[in-house]
Amino acid sequence: MSDLFPITLLSLQVSTLATLISLLVGLPLGTALALSKFPGRAFIMSLINTGMALPPVVVGLFVAMLLWRSGPLGDLKLIYTPAAIVIAQTIISAPVVTGLTAAALQQLDPRLRLQLYGLGASRIQMIFSLWREARLPLLAALMAGFGSVISEVGASMMVGGNIKGQTRVLTTAIVLETGKGEFETAIALSVFLLTITFLVNWALTAIQQRGRQ
Amino acid sequence: MTALIEIRDLLVRREKQTVLEIEHLSVEAGEVLAVVGPNGAGKSTLFLTLARLLKAARGTIHFDGTSSLNTLEYRRRIALVLQEPLLMDASVKDNAAIGLKFRGTPKAEAERRVAHWLGRLGVAHLAERPARKLSGGESQRVSLARAFVLQPELLLLDEPFTALDAPTRIRLLEDLKSVLSETATTTIFITHDLQEAAKLATRMAVMLNGRVHQVGEPREVFAHPADAQVAEFLGI
Repeated sequence: MSDLFPITLLSLQVSTLATLISLLVGLPLGTALALSKFPGRAFIMSLINTGMALPPVVVGLFVAMLLWRSGPLGDLKLIYTPAAIVIAQTIISAPVVTGLTAAALQQLDPRLRLQLYGLGASRIQMIFSLWREARLPLLAALMAGFGSVISEVGASMMVGGNIKGQTRVLTTAIVLETGKGEFETAIALSVFLLTITFLVNWALTAIQQRGRQ
Repeated sequence: MTALIEIRDLLVRREKQTVLEIEHLSVEAGEVLAVVGPNGAGKSTLFLTLARLLKAARGTIHFDGTSSLNTLEYRRRIALVLQEPLLMDASVKDNAAIGLKFRGTPKAEAERRVAHWLGRLGVAHLAERPARKLSGGESQRVSLARAFVLQPELLLLDEPFTALDAPTRIRLLEDLKSVLSETATTTIFITHDLQEAAKLATRMAVMLNGRVHQVGEPREVFAHPADAQVAEFLGI
């Protein structure tokens, strides 16, 4: 149990980084999907929505094949590193953030855009105003993105390898300890995982609800 | 007087159908032009085209003698009030200041103007309130204040009173009339309500089936409808 701290820290680092990258990708992409009309938009939206339910083991398989030593990105030597877990988790959470961003913005009155333009907003000012207006569901999108990766185990196991001191995260450690019959340790890790998930979501919810009037 | 807005040979299509065709229409600086017509007459299309929110297939709209302003420059000289106030989830004063924020107006100047216009429209006491908690009439007053703080050269109003109950509408109409005559803001006011038009406008344009059938002072239009269709719309 002495490695609890490094395991927890790595879990947080990896999942936070993956969520932030998902936000960088998902916020603009979801916004573009919500605000523009082009042929194939409905198809892309259904791909994203399917992506929101991607099984982590399938993502793990896909990323493992890419990063495998003989795979197309094998030269990068990323397999069984924390970076590999970040890549896999980003693929898991990006569709969640993208899909929920698009849904959040589509819920706003479409005439609001016209009103903002009519008040002299540039395109970027209009978008920032819409983000501000939809801040509550957007924070929910961020929480869902984080939740989808902090709790997944399949991809982390497959591309990280659960190497002690290197790529072991809370979920993979729980799987290992359960496999060994070390239920007490597994339960302790689980409580820790739940506590962290709660604390992160509590902080985000506090920010979210503070914005509510 | 000089024309602030001059529309020539304008043609607008929506979903491949011609919905608006105006050979010539001008609005003098300082006047209030009411554009009246039944639903589907093309009033809203004209409104959106004037706000440059819809592209014309043909024709020009000169503003202050030029048609070469880019869209953002143009939009920052006008202001828009829609049927729904569409206020943001923020305080009343932040809502009223939003257009000034877009323009980068210094904070002190913005606060001064917001305070003035919230007061002028009778909603100063609501300044700190969340905009979502206002009544329909209060919201529309904030929406008007949000437009007037910009000191627009052209004010575009699209049925701003339609969603309000009768007593609220009458009071707001009175207040708007006095603000418009005080500030001499050039205004284009879209409405299907002839009483509103007659009360507020210095001139009136009757639109039917995407075309302007008659333009003139309200009294003159009511007294001498240009054709049978206009007379029918006016109920004469």
